[in-house]
Amino acid sequence: MARIDPIAISVFAALFLFVTVLGFFAARWRRGDLSQLHEWGLGGRRFGTVVTWFLLGGDLYTAYTFIAVPALIFGAGAVGFFAVPYATITYALMFVVFPRLWSVSRKHGYVTGADFVRGRFGNGTLALAVAVTGIVATMPYIALQLVGMEVVVAALGIKMDVVVPGIGLVHDFPLIVAFLVLALYTYSSGLRAPAMIAVVKDVLIYGTVLAAIVIIPAELGGYAKIFAAVDPAKLTLAADPLHNPGAVSYATLALGSALALFLYPHAMTGVMSASSRHVVKRNAVALPAYSLALGLIALLGYMAVASGVKTNPAYAAGFAQFGNNFAVPALFLKAFPSWFVGFAFAGIAIGALVPAAIMSIACANLFTRNIYREYFDPNCSPARESQVAKIASLVVKAGALVFILKMPTTDAINFQLLGGIWIIQTLPTMLMGLYTRWPNPWALLAGWASGIAAGTAMVLSLDFKGSTFVLHIFGMAIPCYAALSSLMVNLAVAVVLSAVFNAAARRPHVDATAAADYV
Amino acid sequence: MAEKREANKPGAEKPRRRRAIYLLLLVPIVATLWVPIYNRLDPEIAGIPFFYWYQLVWVPLAALFLYVVYRVEGGN
Repeated sequence: MARIDPIAISVFAALFLFVTVLGFFAARWRRGDLSQLHEWGLGGRRFGTVVTWFLLGGDLYTAYTFIAVPALIFGAGAVGFFAVPYATITYALMFVVFPRLWSVSRKHGYVTGADFVRGRFGNGTLALAVAVTGIVATMPYIALQLVGMEVVVAALGIKMDVVVPGIGLVHDFPLIVAFLVLALYTYSSGLRAPAMIAVVKDVLIYGTVLAAIVIIPAELGGYAKIFAAVDPAKLTLAADPLHNPGAVSYATLALGSALALFLYPHAMTGVMSASSRHVVKRNAVALPAYSLALGLIALLGYMAVASGVKTNPAYAAGFAQFGNNFAVPALFLKAFPSWFVGFAFAGIAIGALVPAAIMSIACANLFTRNIYREYFDPNCSPARESQVAKIASLVVKAGALVFILKMPTTDAINFQLLGGIWIIQTLPTMLMGLYTRWPNPWALLAGWASGIAAGTAMVLSLDFKGSTFVLHIFGMAIPCYAALSSLMVNLAVAVVLSAVFNAAARRPHVDATAAADYV
Repeated sequence: MAEKREANKPGAEKPRRRRAIYLLLLVPIVATLWVPIYNRLDPEIAGIPFFYWYQLVWVPLAALFLYVVYRVEGGN
């Protein structure tokens, strides 16, 4: 950490500068009227198969993922690999369900998932619940992208605390600068900026992954030696289902995460910005290429174990500051030449900018459409709407920055964990809504509230030490991802109350959509 | 597989057949979530334990299943 490497820093800085220029240039790309929300916030719904592939890949496979997944493998072993089945099965859901969301959104001009809920169920309160859940679940996610960036910036030996004339000592100065630049080009270019930058990010990440899986095993003496260096008990899941990581908790973690992924606002933004429903389907087929890269990146955790970085005094300060999140940066510092360290770290840092931009745009769209226009200014002009969204995107990023600078990193991780459990509570509304108008909006709201309460209670009772809550069913103890078990509570409440409310209601709720809008 | 593949002509009984093809998507889901199938170390490939390469192999396989469904249902 203390070692400053001018070559690595130069390569890193040059790549960073390049994407900054690209970010501002993006406003001119496939020029549209950026004073319209669907132009600023959805790129005009004009992204074809290839651009969408880069955009969604950059959006879903974040810098934090690239740091945290191998870190979990490095520390806990096999359980960290749940990210692979998760990223495999989530695309079946995308393929089957989300073309319907694309079609109905195109037809009615919906920009957010909550817009759809408003139209389908004619209920502003339910739409507000979906919008607020989306914003609250995404904020800590944006904050965690900063953690990913912070780790690599620190690993390069760049000084984090800088004395700025007139202000005094500023902590995490490089992060503040990076986020300021990001905020400015997101403001001016909207979704076009991350779409363009995502291409650069992916070239860097794929290059890094290919180099890593060839060079590092060669240096360490092959994959057999790498796995031999790991405690054999960690290489598979514990056979005893009562202790983590058991098989049941592994499967529920993968399934719960896969169900939650496309409910996140930034994922929906990526889907809605596609130019046709076929683009959505083709991407569900092509996106697993990233999952393969993710699986290989996950294995870097074991390579870090085998390379002995943990006990190497050169990296002691990094591990002290960032814990196991320092495993991959330390491995790269040890295994790669300087220029390639700069290349790889730039991939991770830029990999933080892309999702941070899309997430803040998605939150801004939600705020503008489902809070501002719904409750404060129902008759606002399209130009005003776009202006509010641009400002909201700045506020969201400033909020994430304050979050990470003022609060301990563990808080961001805990909130992100809770965020995953909260966002899945919008599943009954979104998924059932895409197929039928039968559910009653007030019943869905009651289900949402009980799911959030149950999920939060489970995580709090574990004191944030995990998200696998042991359920006692018929005398058996089953460890299950809290998101999944709280979703069951939610679904049960929503379905039972829908039957009751619908029977009691004098007439059905207003549905602005027709069956033909979904296909 | 003697049936004609006329993806664009909506037939009376074709939509049902097209919908049935979606059941194929359950295969990768079951294969990757039924953990006892793969929660072991042997057989290894190139030094990589079964647990890891099995799940990695299912990534492109799942994409293949999606591709087959996409082709059969004619992209509708």
